[in-house]
Amino acid sequence: MSEAALQVRGLSCSINGVAILRNISFSVAAGSYVSIVGPNGAGKTTLLKCLNRILNGTADEVQIEGKALADYAQAELAKVMGYVPQGGTDQVPFLAYEFVMMGRYPHLSPFTSPTATDHAAVLQALETAGAADLAGRQCATLSGGERQKILVAAALAQEAGIFLLDEPTTFLDPHHQDDVLRLLTRLNKDCGATIVSVTHDINAAVLSSDDVIALRDGQVVFQGPPEALTSGTVLADLFDQEFHFVEHPVNGKRLIVPLAVR
Amino acid sequence: MITESPNRALALPALIIAALASLVICPFVGMEPIPVTVLSDSGAVDGALRTVFWQIRVPRTCIGFLAGAGLAACGMAFQAMFRNALATPFTLGVAGGASLGAALYVRFGLSFALLGISGVSIFAFLGALGSISLVYGLTRLRHGFSTAALLLAGIAVNLFFSSLIMLIQYTSNYAHSFRIMRWLMGGLEIMGYERVFQLMPLVGISILVLYAVTHELNLMTVGEELAISRGVDVRRTKGILFIATSICVGGIVAVCGPIGFIGLMAPHICRLLVGGGHRRLLPATCLFGGLFLIICDTLARTAIAPAEIPVGVITSVLGGPFFVWLLVRTPAGGLNIALR
Repeated sequence: MSEAALQVRGLSCSINGVAILRNISFSVAAGSYVSIVGPNGAGKTTLLKCLNRILNGTADEVQIEGKALADYAQAELAKVMGYVPQGGTDQVPFLAYEFVMMGRYPHLSPFTSPTATDHAAVLQALETAGAADLAGRQCATLSGGERQKILVAAALAQEAGIFLLDEPTTFLDPHHQDDVLRLLTRLNKDCGATIVSVTHDINAAVLSSDDVIALRDGQVVFQGPPEALTSGTVLADLFDQEFHFVEHPVNGKRLIVPLAVR
Repeated sequence: MITESPNRALALPALIIAALASLVICPFVGMEPIPVTVLSDSGAVDGALRTVFWQIRVPRTCIGFLAGAGLAACGMAFQAMFRNALATPFTLGVAGGASLGAALYVRFGLSFALLGISGVSIFAFLGALGSISLVYGLTRLRHGFSTAALLLAGIAVNLFFSSLIMLIQYTSNYAHSFRIMRWLMGGLEIMGYERVFQLMPLVGISILVLYAVTHELNLMTVGEELAISRGVDVRRTKGILFIATSICVGGIVAVCGPIGFIGLMAPHICRLLVGGGHRRLLPATCLFGGLFLIICDTLARTAIAPAEIPVGVITSVLGGPFFVWLLVRTPAGGLNIALR
């Protein structure tokens, strides 16, 4: 837990002249599970995209596994960091298996076909993601929960040590939410993966993370253990709203409950 | 490992056989059928027919195959790059640019050649390069220039160019005007192998380059952001694709004129045959494009013999209804690439 998987200092990013991220600094310990929370428009997705170089921000320092982000070739970066975007494989004209194989891209060379190693990695990824039975399906025919598993499997096939996930549970029913959260926890605990997950689900963040980062208006307003997030006025300040809290019946963690609106 | 449906596995070998067969058979078919004995040196076939076969039919079949394969491959690359079923070099204004170049050359009565390449070809090539550069410039203009906007821009550019061509035609004399119109219809009328040898490296190298980026094309079909996160250097890949397709399409249009529809249609049909993976789709598309164009050309030569129909007319007349039939027949989304 000592070495930092991600070390970010003074990261800013503008899109079409609008400042989305403003001077953000934080670090993520290797092997930890970090949730990023915050109101809509706070810059959570933009932050993930900057770490991935989908967007280009400016920063004093961004280090991924101890090496400056700028020094990575894109394919090299994909070997240390996988990304699970928000939804959207509905337009993909490939079998689930083929889609997951695309996660092997950084390991493939231009003129060669996937090797036995690649096929083994894809099967392993599908297995781990609990999606082995989906391999032969067309991506376009998958349900939301199945799609999410395939997206995770594709990132797994990259064999990266860091996972960036953008709202992996947002459109899922409770059962599939649990599936995905359990999968991420298992990756974190059993495989030693570093998980950085953007989520709107405060309770999931509290229950699954080692550490929570809260963004608001493109700035880090909180980083600390989940217990600190749900004590004091952190959440109220973050969302401009009062919350009710209850104790989790099993582990005693403080969770939020919805307001009684009528 | 996932095994695919036997139909998909068989499609590529079937296309290879069909392409080889048509390459061999088509030169014998024409206004004057040529017996197979032309291949032997025995003198059974008279000299004129022999010349027709070796100096006209065979090179013409070769150039047809090259042009069809190249146009189809570039159409496929554009559809993947822009994630759009309608994006091809032609729909984005290349044909218009090339045609304008050719029209200008004819209108102003220019007559020159450079390194054995005719002036009209050079002007058309420059026109094609100009319009692809324009498209490329538009995509680089600002972050997130949408594909829909790009297609609209392509339509606008095409309309603008065709109005200019009409203006040029209107102000031309009768002979110039007819020459321009004939050029616009596209054709494969060549003599000897000079043009074949000019075009072969352009098309061959471009297709090889496309083959080197098939993994990238797959990922770009899925989405640019996902492609980046999987390690694709998207800017570099797009640059490579634009250069390869400009050279390929520019060269083909310069030699054969704007032969429409193949770049749009061949990739779609082949997606149905072999699936969306570009490692398989690229060779299938090339074979189908080449095959389709030489068959169209054979029809063009024979349908109203002794006269000839411009091959561009045939590709559209045959291709258009067939493609519509395919669209209607295939369930929604079956063409496997976004229509947006």
